[in-house]
Amino acid sequence: MADLAIGSRIELNPPLVQGGMTYADVSEKISAITENKPPKQWYYLITISSLMTVMLFGCLGYLVMTGIGVWGNNNPVGWGWDITNFVWWIGIGHAGTLISAVLFLFRQKWRTSINRAAEAMTLFAVACAGIYPLFHTGRPWRAIYWLFPAPNEYLHLWQNFRSPLEWDVFAVSTYATVSALFWFTGLIPDLATLRDRAVSRGRKILFGILSLGWRGSSTQWRHYELAYLILAGISTPLVLSVHSIVSFDFATALIPGWHTTLFPPYFVAGAIFSGFAMVVTLMTVARWVYNLQNLITTKHLENMCKVLIATGLMVGFSYGTEYFIAWYSGNPYERFAFINRAFGPYWWAYWTMVTCNVLSPQFFWFKKFRTTPVLMFIISIFINIGMWFERFVIIATSLHRDFLPASWGYFKPTWVDMCTFAGTIGLFLTLFLLFLRFLPAIAMSEVKGVLYQQIEDGKGTH
Amino acid sequence: MNPIVQINPTQIAGKQSTGKQYWRSLNEAAETPEFQQWAQRAFPDGVSEGVTVDGASRRSLLKLMAASFGLAGLTACRRPVENILPFSRASEGYIHGKPMHFATVAALNGSATGLIVECNEGRPTKIEGNPKHPYSLGATNAFLQASVLGVYDPDRSRQVMRKGGRSNWDEFAAWARSYFNADRLGDGAAMRIVSEKIVSPSLEVVKADLLKKFPKAQWIEYESVNLDAVREGAALASGQDVEPHFLFDKADVVFSLDCDFLGLDSSSILPVKQYSRRRRVEKPGDELNRLYSAEANYTITGGMADHRLRAKVGDIGALALALAKELNVSGAELKVVGNSTDKARKFISALAKDLEAHKGKSIVVAGPRQPAAVHTLVFAINAALGNIGQTIVFTKLAEERAKPLEQLKQLATDLHAGTVKTLIVLGGNPAYSLPADVPFADALKKVAVSVALTEDENETWAASEWRLPQAHLLESWGDAQALDGTASIQQPMIEPLYGGKSVLEVAAILAGMEPASDYEIVRSNWASQGAPAEREKKWNAALFDGVVADTKSAMVTAAVDAKKVFATANAQIQPAPAGLEVAFYPSPGPYDGRYANNAWLQEAPHPMTKVVWDNVALISKKTAESLGLKDGDVVKLSKDGRSVETPVQIQPGHADDSISLFLGYGRSVCGRVGQGVGHRVEALRTTANFFSASGVELKKTGETYEIVTTQEHHRMEGRPIVREASVEEYKKEPGLIKEMAESPNGLTMFPFVDYSKGYQWGMAIDLNSCVGCNACLVACQSENNIPVVGKDQVQRGREMHWIRLDRYYTGSDEEAQVVTQPMGCQQCENAPCESVCPVAATSHSPEGLNDMAYNRCVGTRYCLNNCPYKVRRFNFLAWNKDVPEVRKLGFNPDVTVRMRGVMEKCTYCVQRIEEHKIAANADGRRQLHDGEIQSACQQVCPAEAIVFGNINDPESRVSKLKKQPRNYEVLGELNIRPRTTYLGRLRNPNPELEKENA
Repeated sequence: MADLAIGSRIELNPPLVQGGMTYADVSEKISAITENKPPKQWYYLITISSLMTVMLFGCLGYLVMTGIGVWGNNNPVGWGWDITNFVWWIGIGHAGTLISAVLFLFRQKWRTSINRAAEAMTLFAVACAGIYPLFHTGRPWRAIYWLFPAPNEYLHLWQNFRSPLEWDVFAVSTYATVSALFWFTGLIPDLATLRDRAVSRGRKILFGILSLGWRGSSTQWRHYELAYLILAGISTPLVLSVHSIVSFDFATALIPGWHTTLFPPYFVAGAIFSGFAMVVTLMTVARWVYNLQNLITTKHLENMCKVLIATGLMVGFSYGTEYFIAWYSGNPYERFAFINRAFGPYWWAYWTMVTCNVLSPQFFWFKKFRTTPVLMFIISIFINIGMWFERFVIIATSLHRDFLPASWGYFKPTWVDMCTFAGTIGLFLTLFLLFLRFLPAIAMSEVKGVLYQQIEDGKGTH
Repeated sequence: MNPIVQINPTQIAGKQSTGKQYWRSLNEAAETPEFQQWAQRAFPDGVSEGVTVDGASRRSLLKLMAASFGLAGLTACRRPVENILPFSRASEGYIHGKPMHFATVAALNGSATGLIVECNEGRPTKIEGNPKHPYSLGATNAFLQASVLGVYDPDRSRQVMRKGGRSNWDEFAAWARSYFNADRLGDGAAMRIVSEKIVSPSLEVVKADLLKKFPKAQWIEYESVNLDAVREGAALASGQDVEPHFLFDKADVVFSLDCDFLGLDSSSILPVKQYSRRRRVEKPGDELNRLYSAEANYTITGGMADHRLRAKVGDIGALALALAKELNVSGAELKVVGNSTDKARKFISALAKDLEAHKGKSIVVAGPRQPAAVHTLVFAINAALGNIGQTIVFTKLAEERAKPLEQLKQLATDLHAGTVKTLIVLGGNPAYSLPADVPFADALKKVAVSVALTEDENETWAASEWRLPQAHLLESWGDAQALDGTASIQQPMIEPLYGGKSVLEVAAILAGMEPASDYEIVRSNWASQGAPAEREKKWNAALFDGVVADTKSAMVTAAVDAKKVFATANAQIQPAPAGLEVAFYPSPGPYDGRYANNAWLQEAPHPMTKVVWDNVALISKKTAESLGLKDGDVVKLSKDGRSVETPVQIQPGHADDSISLFLGYGRSVCGRVGQGVGHRVEALRTTANFFSASGVELKKTGETYEIVTTQEHHRMEGRPIVREASVEEYKKEPGLIKEMAESPNGLTMFPFVDYSKGYQWGMAIDLNSCVGCNACLVACQSENNIPVVGKDQVQRGREMHWIRLDRYYTGSDEEAQVVTQPMGCQQCENAPCESVCPVAATSHSPEGLNDMAYNRCVGTRYCLNNCPYKVRRFNFLAWNKDVPEVRKLGFNPDVTVRMRGVMEKCTYCVQRIEEHKIAANADGRRQLHDGEIQSACQQVCPAEAIVFGNINDPESRVSKLKKQPRNYEVLGELNIRPRTTYLGRLRNPNPELEKENA
């Protein structure tokens, strides 16, 4: 991205909006998706994802009525797929915030065609993630309000603020709230566009309410820009803090394999890594189905792949660091934890993780892979599989063999574990598909801003 | 506040329900008169007076009614309404909420152990040992701890039955009156009575009465786990019928020949107490005893041995002869039989020298699986070593010496011949446990009259015409005589829950005694002499103390004719034939089958294999390799046309070509707990091969079986968890145990707590004494209402025991040594579990306990993850949901029963701590003495390995133990400062053999 400079007139090469689109084309293209009947792929996908969502609720109901024992968790592995999935989902969400907020502050114009969908992805990922901290507890009907510092029947009892799980409560709820606010704020001008284009009365009223009286006056735009900037500013530290807090769940514990100061940067890098991979997964499909190649161009995809190489290398470096430090420390428990990861009963999980996370992003050094959506899609799937295994390896292998060999055990997931996880994927997909159907998937107003610049530079038409 | 709504949920709309049913619709509730009455007074107390029924307030009145109504519904939906009724007439000395303790006695396999039973609200809830009883001295074992659960077993026999139909005791008594007389039965030649081993003097009287009435009848006392061989040996050696007593606390050197005297080859816990006295070390340089062991199976005793030789059960006799030769006793020429290995030769040679160096202060003891000839030889060896009268003493045998195997052979013959017409079973389960050549189950079905008095609905019960429910030991009057003659009165804690009667009562009915009341019989036996006032005093004293004064047997001097003995032994002892042998061992779970329906014992892991809910055939690694077997392979063992199918497991340290089989499993008629659990090895047993069998054929079936254990990994992987050293090393360098890993005692992130004031609770566990018997595990389960999860859940790693016994092997797989470590919550001062709980459900008490607040726990399991000892237990499922109502009677009311989703763990028995602090407070605010509070695990331990107390008191035993140089913290290097510390294990190897040990 050497050709983009902060602050001065921006040189775009190649242009971010292609195909000679005008402002009207942008509005028409994106709004039409929400106004017309969706393509048949949408129907197939949402049928499947809805069924999976129903399965999720069924599994959760079964879990709450019967107990955590329907999962594979045991002693010593108190956390299995539940927290693995939690961290996986939260990690995925980080890409959205990075694209929305961090890239905004860095004035990366190419973010504008993907940020809306990415931020939506974040919200839905956080929703899926949030299921787990609540439902992984033995008594979720208590956890739902005892974890929050609000008055309850035990007025004299505060929460334990020393506990990383409590920090999670604040981190994740802050993240969800701020992301939702940011996303909605950004949506307002586009919702107004939909209102103005609406033909039916119902649609007019709905989008009229949602667009909060947007008239597009310059005063409103000034307030909008300021609000957007502030929210971006608030969201940016969250990219770093939320997953650092989540990593503290492990880093502050004393279990070998968990107890390491490396975790915050390692987890944040991993989160961005998996998040961008998910964005690639979703965007390559969406742009193909909805023919958005002119707005989500090869350049956009290529930039995302570059982020994947960068973060993938960080993650790979972290793996190496862990091993080096385990050896260098001389701590027998630490050394054993890492030898056990690679050669113990979970060796298959470990090597899957390494292949998917370290090996697969290396393909993006080759331009062919960076610019071919199908190949990107495949690799992004592998990366997310690898990132899932990374969390699983961290959690299960560290717990199953810790200090006292007499307490060593083994974790195996049950069908409920698997169906619950599949169900969250279903929920995520359902929400995302609904988003694509009913809301503008690309930030029209922001793309138009980029298009304006392009036109000014003589690279576009009105 | 809602008014107390006294609606009985089970009587809604005339429906009778067995469980609790809550009214689901308001209409349902509205139908009851109580509700209608309430509806008229629909205001919460105190409010009705202020509300007037006019205009505006009518609206608010209706609002109030609706609100209260709605809320009342919620109240009743959450918890069923229970009424509290006070006594109109209280029992003497009874304060509701305070437990009462009564003494009684339990008989197990020929030995009596005095008990003190804690009763809450008239129900026995916890068993403890009676400190005044010589065979308890305050301790009990896993079986006795678990037996309290048997009272509340929902599968107990509840009903007198005849030919499958209901009957009652009156009918039985009437029938017995008509049947059990000389007109019908003559001299009783066709009658056989089978009971468990009798240790009750009152029962002996009734038995004598019955046999006087029917002189030709036979009464067979049968125990599947037969411990009589040692008495036979003593009789043959000395020419007198005597009871041998081995005083392990007087011995410097002990050699065990296939005798698990610290475990199940002993019917009492006294050997553990005695042995552990000589294993305690106060300071470096203190002398320890030395234990040598030769055995096939890896037993607890072998685990404690300083030197252990693997030998087939059939080769033990040859070893004894080799030892006798080495000791050169009696001068008689001994023909040493069998090939001995180099290792065995060195072993015997060093052992002999050691024994000679400690003449009069050693014990050689043989186990119950050895034939009488071996026992006789062993007594002669002891005589030559000068042990008789010093470490081995004799008392007069209380009654005529039983010859059970001869009786069995006779019974088999009679049953085959069909000469038996009346079969009576008084207690026990002979149809299940008798050897295969005694066709007892068939006989019960075929004979003209069969009567079975059983505790549970078992195989014997199922085959019998008359089925009588037996009262539990905690429900009956009786008496029992310990091995040294000390008698105790057995008194009931509770009326028989199902109207059962004891063996004593039923025997009295058969004998035609009037009244056939066990109370009267026992009373007349023990309180019939002297003036009435004195009689009453003696009776009360016996009941209170738990022992009858002056009943100890007199000592008997017995001399052993060594020459004669050696001649016989020489002739009779043969080496083991080549090929596979099997040996039958009692199991630490069901024992001989009697505890198969006891969930605590089924789930208590086998001390050595850690197998639960199953029995396996144990083999050595070499034997497994030569036969191509691995863990879980199912094999068929056959001999003489009888066979048994069982999975095998490789046992480190097991003898080659020997297979250990465990009795008491594969029950075919059993309650919900024991039905079909394990594999019945009794099918392979005959009267000839009662203890072991040689020339057994093994065939692989090709099937595999999943064996479930609580411990999956058995090596310490070089970690300093159980730290051991030899006595010499410790003497030379006392700091060596502590130096195996550094405890930094560094800073903590959180403010330092001042623990210098008040009581500070701590615990020290002496690894020298702990034998790994599981008594503490079951005691803790009993005291703290710990649930049972079942085999499938244990397989998933969810057993709930608050204290577990970690057993590690050291050395090679062939010649493994064993170390055991009890592990419960270490109550860390710097607890890693406390800081991570988001709702602060676990926090530190000012007295150093890590408290667990069940009602606050939401079950995130972070504390379980962060505990390096992994001692926290999570209720993954609702373990207590489907508990039968009768079982709930047995819960300890001082301890919460935890619900699903909540974490639990060892609390140092905080309920006992608080109970005693309150008592001390009430008793003039005095300080608690050391030893006043005993945790359940401490109280029950026969080895006194667990010591709990106030570490702020420098004079307390726990403080003194913690000052020992061999005191160390497990994982102390994590700076978590556990309050439970361990005293390193010291071995006392023979320097001559030390170089041999792997």
